[in-house]
Amino acid sequence: MRKSYRSDAGVETEVLHGIDLRLARGEFAALIGPSGSGKSTLLNLIGLLDRPSAGSLSIDGQATASLDDDALARLRGQRIGFVFQYHHLIPAFSALENVMMPMLIERGRPDQAMRARAAGLLEQVGLHAQMDNRPGQLSGGQQQRVAIARALAMQPSLVLADEPTGNLDTRTADGVFALLREVNATLATSFLIVTHDPRLAARCDRIVELVDGAIVADAPPV
Amino acid sequence: MHPWLPFEWIAAIRFLREGRMQSVLIIVGVGVGVSVIVFMSALLSGLQANLLARTLASQAHIVVLPPEDVARPLRAQDDALLGPLVQKQAQRLRSIDQWQRIRTRLAAMPAIAGVSPVASGPAFAVRGDANKSITLIGIEPEHYVRVVDIATRIVGGQLRVNAGEAVIGIELAKDLGAGVGDKLRIGSADGITDTFLITGLFDLGSKSVNARNVYVSLRAAQSLLDLVGGVSSLDLALHDIYAAEILAQRIADDTGLQADSWIRTNAQFFTALSSQSVSSNVIRFFVGLSVAFGIASVLVVSVVQRSREIGILRAMGATRGQMLRTFLLQGGVVGLLGSLLGSALAWLFLSLWQVFARNPDGTPMFEIAVAPGLIAIAAGGATAVGILAALIPARRAAALDPVVAIRG
Repeated sequence: MRKSYRSDAGVETEVLHGIDLRLARGEFAALIGPSGSGKSTLLNLIGLLDRPSAGSLSIDGQATASLDDDALARLRGQRIGFVFQYHHLIPAFSALENVMMPMLIERGRPDQAMRARAAGLLEQVGLHAQMDNRPGQLSGGQQQRVAIARALAMQPSLVLADEPTGNLDTRTADGVFALLREVNATLATSFLIVTHDPRLAARCDRIVELVDGAIVADAPPV
Repeated sequence: MHPWLPFEWIAAIRFLREGRMQSVLIIVGVGVGVSVIVFMSALLSGLQANLLARTLASQAHIVVLPPEDVARPLRAQDDALLGPLVQKQAQRLRSIDQWQRIRTRLAAMPAIAGVSPVASGPAFAVRGDANKSITLIGIEPEHYVRVVDIATRIVGGQLRVNAGEAVIGIELAKDLGAGVGDKLRIGSADGITDTFLITGLFDLGSKSVNARNVYVSLRAAQSLLDLVGGVSSLDLALHDIYAAEILAQRIADDTGLQADSWIRTNAQFFTALSSQSVSSNVIRFFVGLSVAFGIASVLVVSVVQRSREIGILRAMGATRGQMLRTFLLQGGVVGLLGSLLGSALAWLFLSLWQVFARNPDGTPMFEIAVAPGLIAIAAGGATAVGILAALIPARRAAALDPVVAIRG
């Protein structure tokens, strides 16, 4: 895949040059690289939030190039979960409702099954007691656990996490990371985790290193 | 989260509830605008109905008259003009030709609610030394009450005009110093006189009408005015008073008679009435416009404030259409709630108005009713205005690039 942007002055800049990446089912990979290397751009392409300028992307064997915006949005909702650095919960909704949100968007109306599944996921991340709290009433680590539960709501094939622990102290970060690994082990969900933290990357099964828009290394940690 | 509400509704209501101060302020703003519109509409329709009722209290909606006498230039057989100077002819009091037949035909028209034959003309009322110029009106009361509601305007005696009986206005009664049971001598311009017993006094709400009109039986008026068997006009009542002018022209074309509608007769009044309506529509339009701008500006700010949340929802699979509808709904809900508040405020204003705006005798100046229909229109209109106003912000929300929105 290639991705280039045209600036306002009309100058075309390529930020990703020929990325060839395959993630297997159940893989737990880290994406590392210096700032400006194109990590976020690659994540957005894989997350179907953006389209490549050239090349193609398939998810679970389904090609995405020919899909329109709405179909892309639906596929994104069904197959991909996002965990952002700053939690990005919706403040107007409780923890439980935030976890229900992807299912609500997909199915249109809330129902008991949705509520039960969201409650189960919150229990799994250890937040059953805080389920009716608003995001503002939760600690940073708790918010990130809610975000993880939300990312898993649709049983996605792939979870994309952008600096999921970047905003947390070391102990909380360890807990959140352990949770990601546990989900990976029990549900066989693939993970691609963008991180700056070499300690965290070392605990993944595979490290993809991006420098200046190209993959320079792709191997298990040493 | 109510189980029967779709995602868009849930998100719209939560967003509005969360933006508490903003939402309250804009709903109050819409409410004030709607209350002005509802209050003004109710006040104006009450006022117009009142003015109209007063104006039409003593008038027929259409008066059908015999055609005017017209003088034509005299011509010789070879079409040469013999008398080229034509003087306008003096109009004499004449009967409508074959009025019974025309009356039957008019009564059969569905737009016409009532037809009353009238024989009227100038006369004098004499009592003692007092001598007053009057308009003598011969009627068939059972038909005439459908055209001019005089029966409910009787303030003394009763509406009874058998042979030798007359009903006069309170002003004339005062001028002549006469009351119910007194005798009155009426003489026509031709010198024919007759004596009548006053059986009733009316108040039609206009001083000149109360001073001039004298109602007697059709037969008595016919003989006094030298119109035996004839009528000077057919007075009509309509179901729809605003159709009067069009209908009058149709009747004129149809019968060859002259037909004057109340709209033509009261041209200035009618113009005042319609320009009042036009100016109130202009005010309503601009109040509606400023309500729309208010809603739009609040929602534009809300889209900017929530752009990250919109991005997250889009990342979770929400389509552009879902985001569009979420914000359109917010506009509609603000419009609806604002209109309910506004209707309540308008009701309050109108109640106060009716307490304070009173005639010297303590009766309300005029009746104002807030019709349920008016509130329904206001609610529907404000909701529609809200949705329209939300169009621009909602499209912006739908067009947001999730990548930019989440990073921002």
